[in-house]
This record gives sequence, structure tokens and C-alpha cells, in this order.
Amino acid sequence: MTRSVLMTARVGVVTFPGSLDDKDAARAVALAGAEPVSLWHGDADLKGVDAVVLPGGFSYGDYLRCGAIARFAPLMSELVPAARSGALPVLGICNGFQILCESHLLPGALTRNSSLRFVNREQRLRVENTSTAWTGDYTEGQEILVVLKSGEGSYVADEATLDELEAADRVVVRYADANPNGSRRGIAGITNEHGNVVGLMPHPEHAVEALTGPSTEGLGFFTSILAHLAARTPAGV
Amino acid sequence: MSEVPRLDTVAVAQNSPDTPQPYAELGMAKDEYERVREILGRRPTSAELAIYSVMWSEHCSYKSSKVHLRQFGEKAPESDALLVGMGENAGVVDVGDGRAVTFKIESHNHPSYVEPHQGAATGVGGIVRDILTMGARPVAVMDALRFGPADADDTKRVLPGVVSGISFYGNCLGLPNIGGEIGFGAGYIGNPLVNALCVGVMKHEDIKLAQAPGPGNKVVLFGSTTGPDGIGGASVLASATFDDESHAKRPSVQVGDPFMEKLLIECSLELFAKDMVVGIQDLGAAGVSCATTELAAGGTGGMRIELDLVPLRDPRLTPEEILMSESQERMMAIVEPSKMDDFLAICDKWQILATEIGEVTDVTPEEAERGGRLVMTWRGETVVDMPPRTASDEGPVYERPYARPTSQDALQADDAGALPRPTTDAELREQLLRVLGAPGVGDPTWVTRQYDSYVRGDTVVSTPHDSGMIRIADDSHRGVALSTDGNGRFTRLDPYVGTQLAYAEAYRNVATTGARPLAVTNCLNFGSPEDPGVMWQFAESTRGLADACQTLGTPVTGGNVSFYNQTGDVAINPTPVIGVLGVIDDVRTRLKSAFGTEGARVFLLGETRPEFGGSAWADTVHGHLGGLPPRVDLAAEAALGEVLVTSAERGLAEAAHDLSDGGLGVALAESALRGGLGVRVTVSTDAFTALFSESGARAIVAVAPGGEEAFVALAAEHGVPVEQIGTVGGGSLSVTHPGGAVEIPLTELRASYEAALPALMGDV
Repeated sequence: MTRSVLMTARVGVVTFPGSLDDKDAARAVALAGAEPVSLWHGDADLKGVDAVVLPGGFSYGDYLRCGAIARFAPLMSELVPAARSGALPVLGICNGFQILCESHLLPGALTRNSSLRFVNREQRLRVENTSTAWTGDYTEGQEILVVLKSGEGSYVADEATLDELEAADRVVVRYADANPNGSRRGIAGITNEHGNVVGLMPHPEHAVEALTGPSTEGLGFFTSILAHLAARTPAGV
Repeated sequence: MSEVPRLDTVAVAQNSPDTPQPYAELGMAKDEYERVREILGRRPTSAELAIYSVMWSEHCSYKSSKVHLRQFGEKAPESDALLVGMGENAGVVDVGDGRAVTFKIESHNHPSYVEPHQGAATGVGGIVRDILTMGARPVAVMDALRFGPADADDTKRVLPGVVSGISFYGNCLGLPNIGGEIGFGAGYIGNPLVNALCVGVMKHEDIKLAQAPGPGNKVVLFGSTTGPDGIGGASVLASATFDDESHAKRPSVQVGDPFMEKLLIECSLELFAKDMVVGIQDLGAAGVSCATTELAAGGTGGMRIELDLVPLRDPRLTPEEILMSESQERMMAIVEPSKMDDFLAICDKWQILATEIGEVTDVTPEEAERGGRLVMTWRGETVVDMPPRTASDEGPVYERPYARPTSQDALQADDAGALPRPTTDAELREQLLRVLGAPGVGDPTWVTRQYDSYVRGDTVVSTPHDSGMIRIADDSHRGVALSTDGNGRFTRLDPYVGTQLAYAEAYRNVATTGARPLAVTNCLNFGSPEDPGVMWQFAESTRGLADACQTLGTPVTGGNVSFYNQTGDVAINPTPVIGVLGVIDDVRTRLKSAFGTEGARVFLLGETRPEFGGSAWADTVHGHLGGLPPRVDLAAEAALGEVLVTSAERGLAEAAHDLSDGGLGVALAESALRGGLGVRVTVSTDAFTALFSESGARAIVAVAPGGEEAFVALAAEHGVPVEQIGTVGGGSLSVTHPGGAVEIPLTELRASYEAALPALMGDV
């Protein structure tokens, strides 16, 4: 496909049965200047998008393990190989992060909050890796204020995996103040070895408008992907 | 006694007029049962008895409240905004730009006591379906909660369960919870109140009504399967009709499936958008009985249903149980035959089970005269043949006797003004901290942190500010604001005034955030209507609300009555919860309650009188309830509202907070804590009255330096008393008064404010 860098990047937002923050993710994509494209879980068709957001929500009600059913959606059969190869940038937010873990695109799992209750709060994060497809517009160590809202947001993995994540600089964001859910080592989000797949529990898409969010500091995830896509499109093609 | 046949068909009923029937066990009075026999010209079949018993229940028929609720229509103010009034699933209000909003509040009190989590969860589910049924997309929820004393053992069971139920259901539906209120009191210990509100948005042309026009159109049940949950009294019928092996103990509280409801919302909205339905009704209380009789009565009057086509999750269910089941997440649609294939395809896309169970029929003029004709068959035999309107619209209406209790005089004579007041600054300080930390006044974060307030990305204002406000469209800045308020203590002292005060507070809260109040919903929570004293409270309360709405020009669009909130002879404090909806042209002008700028001037609007009856101070410091509630002055509320709304529109104010529970002291502390900035004020009267009075029609407003003159002029223009009382800044709340001064650091205020619920329920 030949497209000029001046053409708008197309970012898919997947709707699973029970997805809730899909509209919000699409709004954040649009505010960043890209074209949001609705993707349906039941269609094994990525519609040629440049990147994909797996939004928050309760896919299939999450009555089973969160994300455990969504990973088997027809769309995921297209998405997973493209993401695993490093070709397709994917951002998983909250339930999207859970789905990425269930799909084994990211290591570890999300378990019940240590409080055993749903937590909705404004949350400070520290950006620790700015070399991913989704965080290039941040500076390393930058603190951002976004929203955390989840019942099963406690990130767990075995010690070896945690060590490996830290050694390879794959922790993308960490909770900046008190750990809100018992996540190991305060981890709020991680990336894969290529840096194209990022998953995080907090919601950057709810911090993109001063009117409705605690800040606009979440917008960086969505402007970052635009810059990333523009940089990788060969000039003059 | 003769052997009862297994299936009680119409033919059997005709031939066995003397068969005893368990109408009393189903909650029907003898004369009600006699009236059913008269309507049908024979004894009802057990299926018909099931229908009449649930449709004529207090909950569905409003038989005790109807004569009082009529005032809301009779005294309704002229309003161009009302597109659909009372009587439908929810009222619909025009908010401009061709858009409409529908909203309603409903109780789920009794189930929430029996099983707090599921009771509260299905309360949310039910009100959301009411809003959906009007053709609207549900966009936000709120809830008004009352519990027994915060430190009571049972409150520690009920409160966390209710909150987790609302959290579980609302969060999973993707509806932001934008506000509400929480209160505590001795009378609620066996009678918690769980009132859930939902608001939805639609275009004018999308309004849907519960009707079944067009003979030959199909009746389709879609959503969840029908199970034995919530059938309560149906087991009485079952055991009377069947030898029993299976029907012994069945849950009478419904179990919620929010994922199914989410699919049902998306599926229904797609069905509406593609014009697939001509009539729609949700299945709530009284399930299939209610949906079929109401749809038929709203249409041709004729309908034929094959009950054995209803998809069941328990194949042993009897026709009576199917009719009474309150299984959640079900809807009934009327669909033209030519659209059935497309209808089913959309349901299939959302993985929603849809089943044709009957069709709309024509009626003869004679049948129409009798109230239509609803026929239901079970395995080929007719088990129901009745005029549906007699069940849905022509239920019994009672003029229950009511009388002002003789104890009311003594209660009102017990003046809270005579209670010992703080005599030193140290006492004043200590009492302010206590009131600020009282469970019904202090920080509700323990509760609200469990609710998603951000989803959908349109929440402009939410808890803990004065109203919940949402943007209603992507292509405009228009928004709606909602507040619910109720004060059982005020209403106990004077039901007429107390209800008006609840209304006034909700009205004021909406205006405080910059929105213009437009319409009203209500959830009237009372004790037993069979107690003349309670009925007097109810009559006074409805009269107060109707009068207030008439005076301030905000029509009542709908609501709900919950009676029998009492244990033995002891009723709850009468607790009408009033919801006011307002409109704001530009949500960017909205005001929050947090002080935001050092140096901003703080003004007090309104008149402060020595009014302490039913106040948070009297309750918290003295455990006292007596005297008269604050005076209500609706003209002053309207004038204050104008000043607040205009201040927001003109950008004159940078923060505003209404004065209610706890009075000025609590309001100043809240605004300071929310902004993380202190405030220094000077009061010219006695400090106790200034800080703790709960006089109505008051608010504090923070104005940027330089704006004082314009603000004062605006207040003067509307005749609202205004006084500059202080300045934002510093790290404490400091109050200078003629007799001394009190200073409390924010850290100390915060410790009191935030401790109340975590101390009892565990950390946030």
C-alpha cells in the first residue's frame, strides 16, 4: 500500500461484546489527529488499519477470567500474528491489556485488586520507556495524571519474568505514588520485545480533554503512535 | 375437597366456579378478587389470577398513591419542554437542538435488604431498561442510598453489598455513575433505601411508546431466558395447583446479568435506529404479565400469546410462574411481519435470543368496550382470556384514610434551638469537626470510588460536586445536570415543608453547577399506607412537591412510590427523594465546588436564620430530632438559581457550592478540601448560627478579584442577599467572629472528613 505521510493514519478500535470504552478510545484517536476505524470482534478483518486499540470494558462480561474469551474472537486470529511479528502496533487499555496477556502477546496476568474492590481514581504514572510505538512523545521519567478504573488490575508474573521485563526495559509505566491495586513492582503497563505492543491498566484515553479528564496528559499515547507511523513510512513512497 | 385438575384452563374455570383460590396469599383483598370475577363473568384461572394479583399490587398499580399523585398532573406548570409526561415508562423532556432527555428514579429497597448485592444490581438494571424502552441511549446513572446507623452490624452487611451491586452492574454496563447521595438513620436499619436513577438521550423523532398497534404484527420476547427468579408469590399458585416436588423454596430476589443487559442495550438501539419495532416494553416487575397487558392496552387491545413458546431456563415452570417471573434483561417488541427476518438478524449479531410468542389481534367493538381481549394458550389450551386494560389501567384505587398523628405536635414543640450550643471556640471547633466527619455528611469516597464515573467520556461534573453533569452530544456543548436530594429528618418534622426542601436542594444543586432546572422525577419512600399517620405524611409530601413544582415551573415527569418501608409498627422517616434535571447550553461554563485560586473572594448568598430543627448538627452532636425544619422560600430559591446560573454563564464565578447538610461550616470545609486551598472568613453574627444553621436558598461563590462589583450587582438585581465573607488562601479554615476565632488546618479537616466511612467499612 502506498500512502503519503500526509495522509491520515487509520487506527482501529475493536468492539467486543461488552467493550465499554471503545467510543472513548475512538475520540482520543480523533483528538490526536488520526482517523478512528471501528473493528468488529466477529470479523476476521483488520480493514487495513495502521494500528489497533483494544479498549476497556468487560468483554463477554468477564465472568470467566478477564479477556479469556475475547482472545478467541475471529478478529484476534488476524491481529495476534501481525502484532507478534512486530508489524502491527497494538495498545491494550484495561480490558485490552487483559486480552493481550490472555493472548500471550504480553507476559503475566491481571488479578483481583488487593482491596478486593473496584477502584476508580485519578492516578499518577511514571513513564519509564519512551521507545515504544505508543510512548515516543513522552520524556523518560515524566509523570502523567490519568484515570485508573478496574477491579482486576493487579499485575502479576513470576519473579524471573519480572526481572526479565525490568532488565529489557519493558516496563512502560509504573504507578507513581501508592500502589493502588497490589501490582507487582508497581507495574502499570508493559511492552513486548519489539515495542509495538503495549498494555496498561490505567486509561490514558480518559485524560485527553480538560473538560472531562483529570488532565490531558494521556493524549501522548495517541500522538505517539501518529509520530511512530509517520517515521516508519518511507519518505517519497 | 375435590381434586384440582393439573391445568386450570378457562373451560375448567367455567365449570368449577367454587374452586377455592389463593387470592389472599397473593396479596389480593377479597373485594379485589370479587371484582376480577365480575370482570370475567366467572372465576379467574390460576394464570389470570396471577396476572391480576401482580398488576393490581401496590407496586404496579399505585392503588394507594394514585389519588395523591394526580396532583402532579393537575398542578403541572405550563412547560413546552415536556414531550412525554407521566404514565409511560419515563418522562421525556426537550433540551433543545432537536434532542430530548428521559430520566427516572426508582426504588429497589426491599430486595436490597434481603440480598444487598443482587437487589441493588437489579435495581440499576431495571431503571436502565425503563430509559432504554423510551428509545433513548442510557448515558449515566446515579443513586440515592439510606442505611441504618453506620456503626450498626447490619449496615456493615447491607452497605458494602449494595455498593458492590451497583458497582458490579453499572460499571459492567458502561454507564458512568455521576452522583447521588448517602444517608444514615436508625429507621433504615431493616429498611435500607436503594433508589436508582438513569438518564438517557435521544432525538425527538426516536421516542418509543409501550403500544401494540396493527393486527397481525408479531409479539417478540428477546433477551434473557425466563427462570424461576423473582416469582415470590407464584409458588403459592403452584402449590395450590400442583402436587409439589420442585417449587418449594425459590429465590424471590432476581439475579442480574449486566453483560446481557449491555448487549440488550446495543441490540435494542440498533433495532430502533433501523426502525424495526412499532412498540416496545421492558420486562420489570410483573414480567410477561405487565408487558403483554400494557402493550395490548396501549394498542388495538387484542393480543394472542402462546405461553409455551417463552424460552425457559427451567423447563418445569408453570404458566403462572412464567407470567410472574421477574427474570432480568428481557424486552418485548411488536414487530411487523415483513421485518421479522431483519429483526432476528440484528438480534443474532448481538447474540441475543429472540422468540416470536404471539401476535397482535383485532378486537370487536364489544370487546374493545370491555377493555380489549388478551388470550394466552398453554400447549393448545386457553389459560387466559381477559380484557387487558382491566389489569393494566383499571386496577383498584384506594382513598386510604389519613390523619396527622397526634404525636406530631410534641415532635414539633421539641425545639432544636433550645439544645445546648457550643460556648467556647474549642467547642465550636470540635463540633464542626464532628459534623464534618458524620457518616451522612463526610466524604463518600469509600462508596464512589467503586463506581466508574469516566466511561463514555462525557462526564463534565460528578461526585462530590453539587450535581452530576454530562455532555449530551459530540457536535455541541450542550449538557444536562442532575441532582437527587432527600432529607428524612426534615420530612419527618414537616412532610410538606421537608419535601419542598428536598426539591429546593436538588434545584439549587443543579443551578449551583450552572444549569437551569427544567424537570423533576421522584422516588417516594414511606412506611405502610395502611397506617393513617404514614398516609398523612404521604399526602402532605405529594402536595408539597406538586405545589413547589407548580411554583417554580418544573413539571414532574414521572417517578416511583415505595411503601411498606417499616419494621413492625415503626416506619422509616418519610424519605421522598427528589431528582431535578437541568440544562446547560455550554458545559464549558460549568462550576465545581472546589476553591481553585488563591485570593478569590468568597461570597455568601442568601439569608441565614437560626434554624436547627432536623439539622446535621442536632443529629450528630445531640442525637436530636425535633422542632421545625428550616423555612422554605421558593421565590428565594428561584432568585438564587438565577444568580448562580447567570454567574456561570457570564464567567463571574470560579467556584460555587450549595449550603445544605451541616451548613456554612461544612460547605467551606468541603470547598477548601476539594481545592486543596484554605479559606479565611469573618462572620458578623454569632458563630454558631453562622456555621451550623441549615437555612435554605443559600450558596457560597468564589469570585476572582476584580469581579466583586459585577457579582454583587447581579445578586442585587435579583434581590438575593449577598455578603463578602472572606478570601481563599492559606492552609486552614479560619473563621473570625465577634466573640473570637477558630482555625482548623486542612490536614485536620481532611482527617475528620475522610475518616467516617473507612473507619467503619475498611480502607478505601
